[in-house]
Amino acid sequence: MILVTLILILLAGAFLAWVSGNFGQLWPRIIALITLATGLLLVVSTMQSVPFDNKWLVDIQYEWIPKFGIGMHLALDGLSLLMLLLTFFLGILSVLISWKEINEKVGFFHFNLLLILAGIVGVFLSLDLFLFYFFWELMLVPMYFLIGIWGHENRTKASYKFFLYTQASGLLMFISILALYFVHGNSTGIYSFDYNLLLGTQMSAPTALLIMSGFLAAFLVKLPVVPLHNWLPDAHSEAPTAGSLILAALLLKTGAYGLLRFIVPLFPEASVTFAPIGMALGVLGILYGAKLAFAQTDLKRLIAYTSVSHMGFVMLGIFSFNELAYQGVIMQMIAHGISTGALFIMAGQLSERIHTRDITAMGGLWKTAPFMGAIGLIFSMASLGLPGLGNFIAELLILTGAFKANILMACLGSLGLIAATLYSLRIMQKVFFGKENTTWKMNDLTIREKVISLSLVIIIFGLGLSPQPVIDMARPAIVKTLGTHNEKSIPMNEADKSKSDIKNKLFFY
Amino acid sequence: MLTVPVETQIVFAGILFLLGLIGLLVRRNLVFMLMSIEIMFNSAGLVFIIAARQWNQPDGQVMFIFILAVTAVEVAIGLALILQVYHHFKTLDVDAINKLRDEK
Amino acid sequence: METLIALIPGLPLFSFLILVLFGGKLSRRVAGWIGAGSIGIVAVLTLVVGIHLISALPGLKSYSVIVWHWMHAGNLNADIAFSLDSLSLVFCFVITFVGFLIHVYSIGFMAKDEGFTRFFAYMNLFVSSMLILVLSDNILLMYLGWEGVGVCSYLLIGFWYKEPANGTAARKAFIITRIGDTAMIIGIFILFVSFGTFNIQELMHLASAKWAVGSSIAVITAYLLLGGALGKSAQLPLQTWLPDAMAGPSPVSALIHAATMVTAGVYLIARTNILFSLAPIVQGVIAVIGALTLLIAGFSALAQHDLKRILAYSTISQIGYMFLALGVGAYSAAVFHFMMHAFFKALLFLAAGVVILVLNEEHDIFKMGGLRKKMPVVFWTFLTGSASLSALPLVTAGFYSKDAILWFAYSSNSGGVVLWLAGIVGAFLTALYSFRMIFITFFGEAKTEPTFRAGKLMTVPLIILAVLSVIGGFIELPASMGSVHLFSDLVNNTLPGVGIKDVENREWLFQIISALIALSGIYLAYRFYFKKPAYMESFKHSRLNHFFETGFGFDKVYDTVIVKPAVWLAEIDKKDIFDQLNISIARLTLLGNRLISLTENGKLRWYILSFAIGIALILTFMITK
Repeated sequence: MILVTLILILLAGAFLAWVSGNFGQLWPRIIALITLATGLLLVVSTMQSVPFDNKWLVDIQYEWIPKFGIGMHLALDGLSLLMLLLTFFLGILSVLISWKEINEKVGFFHFNLLLILAGIVGVFLSLDLFLFYFFWELMLVPMYFLIGIWGHENRTKASYKFFLYTQASGLLMFISILALYFVHGNSTGIYSFDYNLLLGTQMSAPTALLIMSGFLAAFLVKLPVVPLHNWLPDAHSEAPTAGSLILAALLLKTGAYGLLRFIVPLFPEASVTFAPIGMALGVLGILYGAKLAFAQTDLKRLIAYTSVSHMGFVMLGIFSFNELAYQGVIMQMIAHGISTGALFIMAGQLSERIHTRDITAMGGLWKTAPFMGAIGLIFSMASLGLPGLGNFIAELLILTGAFKANILMACLGSLGLIAATLYSLRIMQKVFFGKENTTWKMNDLTIREKVISLSLVIIIFGLGLSPQPVIDMARPAIVKTLGTHNEKSIPMNEADKSKSDIKNKLFFY
Repeated sequence: MLTVPVETQIVFAGILFLLGLIGLLVRRNLVFMLMSIEIMFNSAGLVFIIAARQWNQPDGQVMFIFILAVTAVEVAIGLALILQVYHHFKTLDVDAINKLRDEK
Repeated sequence: METLIALIPGLPLFSFLILVLFGGKLSRRVAGWIGAGSIGIVAVLTLVVGIHLISALPGLKSYSVIVWHWMHAGNLNADIAFSLDSLSLVFCFVITFVGFLIHVYSIGFMAKDEGFTRFFAYMNLFVSSMLILVLSDNILLMYLGWEGVGVCSYLLIGFWYKEPANGTAARKAFIITRIGDTAMIIGIFILFVSFGTFNIQELMHLASAKWAVGSSIAVITAYLLLGGALGKSAQLPLQTWLPDAMAGPSPVSALIHAATMVTAGVYLIARTNILFSLAPIVQGVIAVIGALTLLIAGFSALAQHDLKRILAYSTISQIGYMFLALGVGAYSAAVFHFMMHAFFKALLFLAAGVVILVLNEEHDIFKMGGLRKKMPVVFWTFLTGSASLSALPLVTAGFYSKDAILWFAYSSNSGGVVLWLAGIVGAFLTALYSFRMIFITFFGEAKTEPTFRAGKLMTVPLIILAVLSVIGGFIELPASMGSVHLFSDLVNNTLPGVGIKDVENREWLFQIISALIALSGIYLAYRFYFKKPAYMESFKHSRLNHFFETGFGFDKVYDTVIVKPAVWLAEIDKKDIFDQLNISIARLTLLGNRLISLTENGKLRWYILSFAIGIALILTFMITK
């Protein structure tokens, strides 16, 4: 019941916000805040009351269209719980940062915002493939409006691009869902969209590979993976700050979630076949994204490309198929959401004040806004993987896990650490240090903005220094996901170490 | 009475139709295009007459009277439209009346 | 005892937090004394804990404390845990004592700077990270300290952020050390994946049990860890960041780039010495790198005219000595030289800082001169430091430490004449450039006048460090001079002794040779730079001098081969080629649109024609079917 309530609250809040927009700009904001806060409290209460060793913490199922085998099957486990916490928390932050930024059609804005969040919550909860697709598409249209109406100069083109990429890949996924439905039906006689029933479908290897590709199309576009990442920089830089925050911190994670929840368990052999390509794409994303980030002069575009780079780590980790890497993946989903979210918030705060995103016009801003500078410093350091902050734990776990699976890919991925340094320091240098290219008169952060930034700082340090709660929460979900896979590892003692492993180390010997 | 084979008659009607079509394609003045359309209609009517004679049915003659009526009405309305076109475009050159398209 | 050990890195971290959160509201005096005071308290704590440890040796080798459980996931376990043994004790002592003196000095030095509180916050964070580095009992926590000092170094080099060149120097330092750090983390991965633990002691035990000497996996791992050490310690080929790092304030150069952070590499190799003994070829490489670096840096120092850059190259050179010692297995000699070097190099940097400050930010030694009479305290302390650096026989600490290294470079099992020769030539160069510095800066006619007298806050630390630079060596005297082994006895509780070749102990001969070399270096400096004959002027403009001045052209090579191509590569693909592919699909579609819309031209006759053609085609189809 609580799961349905979560979605219903968001939907109800959305409509209320839209309607209340007629009564002034303050009402939609307050209603959105209350809705999200209630949701967060509900999620936190679930955390307290249900122990963590069940396979599914909460599992509900209703009939929807029984003739086609479509049910309303929602379930929560450790992974979804963590994602829901992230969703509601960042949802509250997105309402808070739009407080002064959005001034037209405020009701409709919050309607779209809450609808996107409802879609995201649904994606994280649904275990019926048809329902999953329904929520997947639900996330799409309100986001398109968000970018298209309240975005910056090039918003039309950005919103089209976002919509076309996501829609097209979503359709490919739908074809795959239908194919899976029919294949399962043909082999067992039961036609159903239910996840639990579809697990373990007998498929020939080529069929599995083909169906998996459809799913992969959708998730790789969402994650995003080079070369399907092109919608991301435009969408992120042209969206309003709340839009960028939700895009970077939540929407990208639905791609990673999809990979974890659907690809790995539903297609055990096919995903292993795809693994070398997957890891290579991950490494390509890490390095290529970092290279592009380094070259940008638009601050939000730069941060957008860093997202591509960080999500490359996720790709690398998922196709390593071991517990350590998956812990890293989940940690990266959270830590990246927080750190990149914070950077986007900072970029939004800057552009609210000086009305530009061009870093060549900035410089020397530490003097006028030291608090903002300090926050920027903390999250730039997080971005480059400084130990003590959450991203380090994530990248460490992913790289260690990847190292167990494929040494070459892990070493190449580690080069991403150097590349990350380049772009993170560029952000600090161009924005806060150096000469002032233009003398801006601007204020440092207000109380509201300080509260937002500080809460993010506390969380990222918490993740970096005490990640155990998250790791514990995620463990049962990971064990369940990896259930059909054997843990991949390369034996490292002398007798087994073959010459080819050594030749992978290009530099020495 | 001369017995003209049916094929010849049909061919004759076809040639008449083609003449009308060519006239429609070639002429640029709207009035002449209307006349060409008339010729095409008449050739269609001729085919009906031929058929009526071939099978000794009066239905063909009836159809021809239908066609006469329809053609008359059509000419009337067509001429009225041509008048309107002339008022608007000040010319009857059909190539000048090309506004129904995408302005790029 | 355990809580005291946890407090050692914890207290500076706590004072960092206080300075960050409340710094704006504190007065400068209070902020400065909070900053310096926390380090002072930690120095006292180190002393207390040290005395306990020394009195418990050799029975109890180390104290350990787990502060909290960091994480465990799968088989990966890591704790925030500290372990103090004699090696860490020596490093802690240096970091805290020299650090305290530098902090007190900074209260005077940075007194007029607007970023006063920010400075002390960063310095405290640095000291905390460095202490975490040397005290951590697992290699992952050490990596945290390792990166922490890197960040603080970046922040402190670029402290005066308004000047873009400082930011560039800071970024250069961070990026080059990060390259080394990445090699190190890959080495850590190999160790973890092989042995399932991060605890350093356990790793060393398991490595010596399971890996054969000279096995490829040990060699690769050793090379990777060496990469990290080379980056942080500014050795070949990652040494180019240190001279530029002089853009930071002088106390920063003293603390980070002389006494502590750059010696982290020495600590790492000493700490993981068992791994290196499993890879003798890597040890040989360490010795060769040490020897080459000390020579290259020595020659480069000779050609510099910026006072701090001379000292920077000197630091690179002296750490080269430490690496040379590590490479031949003389671990305690390396650590001993580290301690002595910390004293006299910090002293030199602080004194140079006073000179530069008092002469209104003048860095060029050729614009100084005649300061001997005008700044006597600074002169005498600087002279003491330089003498110690040049290893002036018998009276300076530097003599005993450098001498031990030279002896072991020759006599150790993996040493030899070539390494010793390199060391001796280096010693000659050291004496030459140190006294070049002295003669040009303090003697001759004054070209710039000092603007004020340095206060006690700055001069007292100088005096204390000068005294230490003299008497520090007396705790470790070689066999020919009384054979005092206080230091090596302490350190050899944790580090292996050095295996010596079976030769007669002719150490006294080597000592005489090195003493003569040092003295002749000083004399030549006097001839070239005090007497100033004409050929020195022409040498100054020669190609060879220029080559030395640019540090043997490393910067230029890296710039052409790595930096420019990387930036070019980033620039040309700025618009992202994959994006261009997608845009071209969109453009193709638009082109198609434009082509097809040509058929919609509004001409009636065109439409009729198309009807006619269509009908003809359909009829043809129907007839031929």
